Amino acid sequence: MRLSVIAREKIFAVSLIIPSILFVTVFAFYPLLYSFYLSLHRIILGLPGLGQPFIWFENYRELFADRIALHAMINTFLFVFLSTFFEILFGLCIALVINQHFRGRGVVRAAVLVPWAIPTVVSSQMWRFIFHDKYGLVNYAIYGSQVSHYKAWLADPVFAFSAIVVADVWKTSSFAGLLILAGLQMIPDELYEAARIDGASAWQQFKKITLPLIRPALLIALLFRTMDAFRVFDLVFVMTQGGPADATNVLQFYGYKKIFAEGLMGYGSTISVLVFVITLFISLAYIRVLGTRLFEERI
Amino acid sequence: MRKIFFYVIVVIIVFLSLLPFLWFVDTSLKSTVEVTSIPPVLVPSGSLHFYQSGIEQYELLHYVKNSIIVAGMTTLVTIIISIFAGYALARLRMRFKGLMLGGLLIVSMFPQISIAGPVWRILDAFGWLNSYQGLILPYVTLTLPLGVWIVASFFKELPRELEDAARIDGCGHLQTLFKIIFPLAAPGIFTAAILVFIYAWNEFFFALLIMTQKQFQTLPVGIALFQGQYTLPWGEIAAASTIATVPLVLLVFLFQKRIVRGLSAGAIKG
Repeated sequence: MRLSVIAREKIFAVSLIIPSILFVTVFAFYPLLYSFYLSLHRIILGLPGLGQPFIWFENYRELFADRIALHAMINTFLFVFLSTFFEILFGLCIALVINQHFRGRGVVRAAVLVPWAIPTVVSSQMWRFIFHDKYGLVNYAIYGSQVSHYKAWLADPVFAFSAIVVADVWKTSSFAGLLILAGLQMIPDELYEAARIDGASAWQQFKKITLPLIRPALLIALLFRTMDAFRVFDLVFVMTQGGPADATNVLQFYGYKKIFAEGLMGYGSTISVLVFVITLFISLAYIRVLGTRLFEERI
Repeated sequence: MRKIFFYVIVVIIVFLSLLPFLWFVDTSLKSTVEVTSIPPVLVPSGSLHFYQSGIEQYELLHYVKNSIIVAGMTTLVTIIISIFAGYALARLRMRFKGLMLGGLLIVSMFPQISIAGPVWRILDAFGWLNSYQGLILPYVTLTLPLGVWIVASFFKELPRELEDAARIDGCGHLQTLFKIIFPLAAPGIFTAAILVFIYAWNEFFFALLIMTQKQFQTLPVGIALFQGQYTLPWGEIAAASTIATVPLVLLVFLFQKRIVRGLSAGAIKG
C-alpha cells in the first residue's frame, strides 16, 4: 500500500513525538491523577497492615480543619507575593542596566547570571551561613565586634521568613531580568529618538514607551516567577526546616513532611492536589490576561 | 556625571550578585580556627584543609560522580527526545500541535509535590528507588518542556528552503533531520543542553526523595544533609558548595550569550 506524502509526514511526525508523550504521561500526568486517587484513601506508610481503605473526602475535611496547613498556605502566598514583587522590581533594574551598551557588558551579564546558576541548596546553605548567629556576615556587618549583640536571625519568626525571601530574591531576580531584557530588546531605537526630538525626559520615555511595550514580557516574567515561587522547598528545607514555630512552613514543605517524613501518603496527597489546583488557577488567570494568542504564536 | 552614576549602579549590581557566593568560597579556604572565629576573619589563610577533609571524610567525590552521571544522562536523553519532538512540532504537519505544546507548558509549571508521592510509588514498584535510572527518568520528564521549547524555537528559525531542497534531492524525513537540520541547529541544541544540564545538576527535591542511600546521592542532597558530630561542618559545606558551583560559573561565563538567548527563547515572541 502506498501512502500519500502528507499521510507519511503525519505518521513520521507522530512517531517522533511518541517518546515525549510517553515520558510526560507516565511521570507527570498519570502521577497527577494518581495523587488525587491517593488523596481519597487512608494510606499510612508505616502501617501497611491497615491496607488502603477508600474514605471519600475524609482527608479533605481534615485538611480544611488543619490549622498548620492554613498557616502554611498563608506563608506560601505571602512568600510568593513578596518574592515575585521584589524579583520583578530588581529584575527590571537589572534588565535596564544590561540592555545599555557599555564596555564589559558581557562580563556583567555573566556575573548577574551567577546567582541564577548556583544550585538552590548551595545558595540556601550560603545564606544560612551569612545569617548565622555566631559566624554570620550579617551580624558582623551590623554589630561589628560587639559579639553580645549578635542575633540568631533564623530563630526569629519574622527575620527567618525575611531571610528566605532575601535568599530567593537574590537568586532569581536575574532570571526575571533576562525575561524582561528580551522584551526591552524588541523596542526599536527610533521610538526613543523620536521621543528625544520631541523633548521627552528620560522618565517620560520610560513611562510612555518602555513600560507599555515591555508589559507582555513583564507578565511572562511574573507568571514564571509566581509558579516557581509556589514550589519553594529547598530554601526552607535547608535554612529553617519550616521553623521557628512554623513561621516558614510552606505548602510544598508541609506536603513533603506529611508524605515522606510522617508517611501519611493519603493525607499528604490532599496537599499535593491543593497545590496543583491553586497553581492551575493562577496560571489560567495569567493566560487570560496575556491572551492565549501569545502561547500559540510562541512556536 | 550620568555616566559615573551608571557605572556605580553597574558595580553595585555585580557586587551584590557575586559577593555572597565569594564569601562562601572565602570560607572554604579558611582553616578550622578561622571559620569559627568571632567576629569572622575576612581574609582566609588559603588552606585547602576543608577540601581535603571533604573528600576524605565526607566522600565528596562520590557525590560529584553521582551528579555527573545523573545530570549527564538526563541531558543526553532529554536532548535526543527534544530534537525529535521539537522537529515534529516546529516543522511537520500534525494534529493537536497546540494541545501538545500546551501540555508541555503545563508540565513545566507542575509543583513537584503534586506528583511526588505517585512518582515515588511508581519507582518503588519497579525497584528503582536508589538507582540512577530512578532519578534520571523523572528528570527527563521535568526537563523535556524546556528542551522541546528551546530546540523547536531554533528549528523554526531555519529557512524552509533547505529542507525542501533536500527532499527534492531524495532525502527521506529522517535523513533530512539528521543531515540538514541537526547540524544547522547545533548551536540551539547546545544551548538547550546547557540549560537542561544546569537544571539536573541543581535539582534537589526529587533527588532527596528518591536517593535515600548515600551511595546514590547527588551533590545537592549531600550538601543539604552534611552533618558534623557536634556542630555543622561549615568549612566542608563551603568547600562542597564551591565544587558544586564552579562548573556552573564556568558555563555561565563561557556561554553567557547562549544562555541569555535560550532562557528568553520563545518566551517573548508575542
